[in-house]
This record gives sequence, structure tokens and C-alpha cells, in this order.
Amino acid sequence: MSGRVLVGVKRVIDYAVKIRVKPDNSGVVTDGVKHSMNPFCEIAVEEAVKLKEKKLIKEVVAVSCGPQQSQETIRTALAMGADRGIHVEVSGKDYETLGPLQVSKILAALAKKEDAQLIILGKQAIDDDCNQTGQMTAALLDWPQGTFASEVSMDGAQVKVVREIDGGLETIKINTPAVLTADLRLNTPRYATLPNIMKAKKKKIANVKPADLGVDLTSRLEVLRVDEPPQRQAGMKVETVEDLVEKLRDTGMV
Amino acid sequence: MANPLRAEVVRLYKNLLYLGREYPKGADYFRDRLRAAFTKNKSVQDPEQIKAMIARGEYVARELEALYYLRKYRALKKRYYEE
Repeated sequence: MSGRVLVGVKRVIDYAVKIRVKPDNSGVVTDGVKHSMNPFCEIAVEEAVKLKEKKLIKEVVAVSCGPQQSQETIRTALAMGADRGIHVEVSGKDYETLGPLQVSKILAALAKKEDAQLIILGKQAIDDDCNQTGQMTAALLDWPQGTFASEVSMDGAQVKVVREIDGGLETIKINTPAVLTADLRLNTPRYATLPNIMKAKKKKIANVKPADLGVDLTSRLEVLRVDEPPQRQAGMKVETVEDLVEKLRDTGMV
Repeated sequence: MANPLRAEVVRLYKNLLYLGREYPKGADYFRDRLRAAFTKNKSVQDPEQIKAMIARGEYVARELEALYYLRKYRALKKRYYEE
């Protein structure tokens, strides 16, 4: 086994920014808006770096698909402890329609090319909330998947994953190579401090085009419209219980 | 300031400045207070005292990292997990 882990990181609008919809409802305003690494991707990078620190894997490769600015996201991953980066350059129209299907095709091609033992991704991106890339990548590679991982431990050539599911926690054991997706409680991502960022400048980021990997980026989806969620109606305060019952009767709920 | 410690102090200052960019009350607020705190102690010569202050500065850096992490964790927990 090569002991190489591929970690996918996505550049998204920062979680603390208030999202605004474009006036023509075609999308969300991204120009001049603060971007950062998807929080679940941070958790994925942290897990990969932890595995390397425990000497269970040898190399952590951070991958990002997007325009030039995605390199900043890869640099953050390098500052957190990844060894090298791969920037798959996708820009313009292709980037606007880039979705989980295209990214999973890219990741699958890269995994084969880099002989990866594990692919760790965030469970979903906070901008599109698809929660599909990990699952699609595993399917394309025909690899087992441990999704919504809240605990990961390696046992030889197998991985024990504790998954967060609706009913509670599920523990599974899967063979490597495998795909894992990180859930919120998997670990506490370290902060990329300034000294680490300076050190990371020496690490290499390779530039790759999707065509080099033989991936077709055409999207099968078309975004028709983007709308803001409905405004929350202001609540009403009532003085007595009788008033409350009366109001409920008025609106036909009682 | 004692020579080897000077480099450490400058490194600490740059680190805190970098961390302060995401401060909830604003990067400028943080930067002003950071500068005030460092200039107030500009004349201290005793290396022991300087080391103690550097340790305190590093403590503040760790507190900031914890603040940012908790803020992010709580925001994501609220958004994605129905309690």
C-alpha cells in the first residue's frame, strides 16, 4: 500500500458571511466576498494529518478543483500539515457548473493516478449542501465508503469507522482502499498559524487540467433560479391564555 | 530589549496580528489593542519578565484559536444538527 491519502478541499464562501442572492436570481454574490476552506474539509484535512502523525499513513495530498483562488485553500491545507497539493484548474463556465459528479470523476482519476490508499472528504460543502461527492467517488472507484465518520481508526489494511446516523452511532469495518467523509465531531481542526503558513510556502502545488485526467466536465444539471428563503414572519405576543386560544381559533389551527 | 528575545517578541506580535484578523469585534479593534499592549511594555528589560509576557501572549493566541473554533463549531452544529 502506498500509504498515500488524498484529501479534497473546497473553497467556499466563509461560513460567517451573510449570503446575498444576485438581483437576477441566477446565483449568489461571490465577488469580493470572503472565501475560506469548507469547515468539513478542514476536519478531513485534520484527520489525514493526524493519521500521518500517528505514522499510519505516509503522505497527505490536498486536492482542490477550481479557479486560481483555489490555490489559497490548498495552501491552508498545506499549512495544516499536508505534504503537497494538486490544483485541478477549472474556471469560467466550467466552474459555474462544477458539481459533485464532475469532482468525483476528477478525484477518482487522481486516486488511480496517485495510487491513493484513502480518500478523505468533508461530508458536504456548506454552499451547495450536496453530500454526494464522497459517495459518488466511492462508487466510481468501486471502493468501500465510510461516510459521516465521527471516529476513524486503522487496523492494518482495514479501517474501522464509527458513523453518525439518525438512530445513533454505527461502527463498520471496511477494507482499504476506501473513501471516508468527515462529520463535525470527527476532530478539532488545528488553526493554520502564520509560522506554518510560511513553512507551507515551500511545499509544492502541482497544476493539472481536467482534460489531462480524461474527465468530461459537462454538467447534467441546469440551475434555473436561486431565491432567498422566505422571510420569517414576526411572532405575535398575547396577554392571556384566552387570547392565545382565540388567536389559534382565528387561524383555524384549533 | 534583549537581542534573542526581540525576535521572539516580534514573532509573537506578527502571529497575534494574523490571528486578530478574524476577531469578532473587528480586526482594527484588535490591532489597536494589540499595539497598545505591546507599546505599554516597550521599556521592560528584565528577560524573565519578558519571557513571562511572551508566555501570556502565547496564551492569548491559544485562546483566540479556541474562540474561533468554538464559534465555528456552534454555528455549524446549529445549522446542520436538529437538537
